[in-house]
Amino acid sequence: MELNYQGAMTFIQTAGYAIDPAKPSVCFVHGAGMDHAVWTLFVRWFARNGYNALAVDLRGHGRSGGTALESIESMAEWLLGLLDAVGVAEVGLAGHSMGSLLALQAAATGGAKVRKLALLGFGYPMAVGAPLLDAARANDHAAVDMMTIWGHDAGAQFGGHQVPGLSISTITKRRLEAARPGVLFADLNACHTYAGGADAAAALACPVTLILGDRDRMTPVRGAREFAKTLQKAAIDMIPGCGHGMMEEKPEQTHKALVRALSV
Amino acid sequence: MSGPRYPGFDTLSLHAGQRPDSQTGSRAAPIYQTTSFVFDDAERAAGLFGQMRAGYVYSRVANPTVAVLEERVAALEGGVGAVATASGMAAIHLALATLTGQGSHIVSSRALYGGTHNLLAYTLPRFGVSTTLVDPRDPAAFAAAIRPETKLLYAETVGNPRGEVLDIPAVAEIAHAAGIPLVIDATLTTPWLSQPLALGADIVVHSLTKFIGGHGVAIGGAVIDGGRFDWEGSGRFPQIVERDMGLNELDFAEDFGPAAFIMRARLEGLRDFGACLAPGNAFYLLQGLETLSLRMRQHVANAQAVAEFLASNPAVLQVTHAGLPGHPDYALAQRLMPRGAGAVFSFELKGGRAAGRKFIDALQVFSHLANVGDAKSLVIHPASTTHARLDGEALARAGIAEGLVRLSIGLEDAQDLIDDLARALSVSQK
Repeated sequence: MELNYQGAMTFIQTAGYAIDPAKPSVCFVHGAGMDHAVWTLFVRWFARNGYNALAVDLRGHGRSGGTALESIESMAEWLLGLLDAVGVAEVGLAGHSMGSLLALQAAATGGAKVRKLALLGFGYPMAVGAPLLDAARANDHAAVDMMTIWGHDAGAQFGGHQVPGLSISTITKRRLEAARPGVLFADLNACHTYAGGADAAAALACPVTLILGDRDRMTPVRGAREFAKTLQKAAIDMIPGCGHGMMEEKPEQTHKALVRALSV
Repeated sequence: MSGPRYPGFDTLSLHAGQRPDSQTGSRAAPIYQTTSFVFDDAERAAGLFGQMRAGYVYSRVANPTVAVLEERVAALEGGVGAVATASGMAAIHLALATLTGQGSHIVSSRALYGGTHNLLAYTLPRFGVSTTLVDPRDPAAFAAAIRPETKLLYAETVGNPRGEVLDIPAVAEIAHAAGIPLVIDATLTTPWLSQPLALGADIVVHSLTKFIGGHGVAIGGAVIDGGRFDWEGSGRFPQIVERDMGLNELDFAEDFGPAAFIMRARLEGLRDFGACLAPGNAFYLLQGLETLSLRMRQHVANAQAVAEFLASNPAVLQVTHAGLPGHPDYALAQRLMPRGAGAVFSFELKGGRAAGRKFIDALQVFSHLANVGDAKSLVIHPASTTHARLDGEALARAGIAEGLVRLSIGLEDAQDLIDDLARALSVSQK
């Protein structure tokens, strides 16, 4: 679905379904430089199993217009307003990588709006190395290459996609290449500078599941484990043999983890 | 690039798409000789049928052995995904059928493999799809032939028998300016010599039967999606950008992003046309693919040596190999395929049809048959085989001289090939 929100055309993937206020809702938020399509299998499953399923294209990403927002706090505020605009009163919220920081912040500031929270490929703080930030700032393709390579387990560079015939790494590369100039830097810099994680953790009331790949090179699991200790209601769902991009690398295991984390 | 790097071509040739089998440790890709796959439970079955879960249902649409080959070919071409098919012609048909429908139009190079020419000129018109054939050496001719209903431009990396080299970047620019994809048959060059997606093409098709298999024991094909074409922006492909109630309510561009085309090719094309690759053949083709670069190095080195020999032989009127400086596309070939212009080319004998027959019969190392891309050297004389029913005038209209001979240069010792050709050339002139 598309709507004009905060002065920009904004796209939300719903698998073709209208939002039904009588159904529970789940919402998915993509990572840096990505778009809604990383969630397609999961959106389709929840949509056909009794939920309103929404995968947003953040402002300036994918099919959404406008300029990309530059802080995690502003993205979270934007998301909460968008959910209000489409009539979603309560939601199970999932975010990947940058989207996980955004989801964390939204859950902490959204009061009772976030029923359950799933943080995929999560780390806090989410420091981004200077070579990657510099390449992204220059819109240098090296940033795409670094994220494509580090964004997956080394074995996933050889493939083995669970959706037959697809290339894990080249799909990631094409998605990042499709990001508009400046978007990748804005996203990575927002991750790098986000300092609200501790306050957000303290404010969280909803159950939280951290869905992690044990071979994640972008956000190593050590940081997520430490962060989980600061949460009141946290569980860790570890996917073996998986890097940062679990939706491409291990979609079946990610599906099961999301169903466990978000189901009503 | 400083920092991390992608696996190289030879590593991908050996590993892409497959890791040792988790159950048995099998290093080679196992042959999953099965029609179908058991569902864990009813919920997973519904998920697989509804494109909500990842996995296998039925081997016509996807099979684990075939998927290894698909990923490997996609990796070597730099594509987001691939669909393997029962033959190269099945791959061409799948690509074209995914993009076209009743009333569609194609602009194609006229330097085509004969099977492709038949498909475009005679068979597809029965289904309402017409084609305009143009000179591959004239990119402007592609532009001039595009109509509102044109759905794609089509060409081969290297034509046959004249060895025309397509200026892929120039033709891709024309295609994209018109909002249509460029589809390239790269069979004769393989990804080792030319990677059309990196040069601007959008979709690549292969007959895997040829150099990629290399052994001449298995027939197969593949369609590879580059993942860069703007289907939404084109406005010519509702089957890719609109929700399809007959295909699980999928909107391929919205749901699969860069993999929109290849997902539709699989979910519609293999489901409804059914030209799937058998897992046993996928296994054979994987064995060949593992040594692709090693073989192609030898193929092109031998071809260059043979072409240079032929060009200097007094019984030969002309050699059409783009690796020779006198070929009209020599400079283009050096720019677009610096590793070599392939190992399939033609030459014209003095003495016409009769000399051609004598030459063929005198060869002892070359095999006389209708194929290319084998590890063994192959030869055919069109005027006495594929085009034997045509008289000299008709042959000329088809662009085939009576003394034309097509060679597919194999992996034998180059000197043995040259000696075989020298002996047969001598016989042909007596």
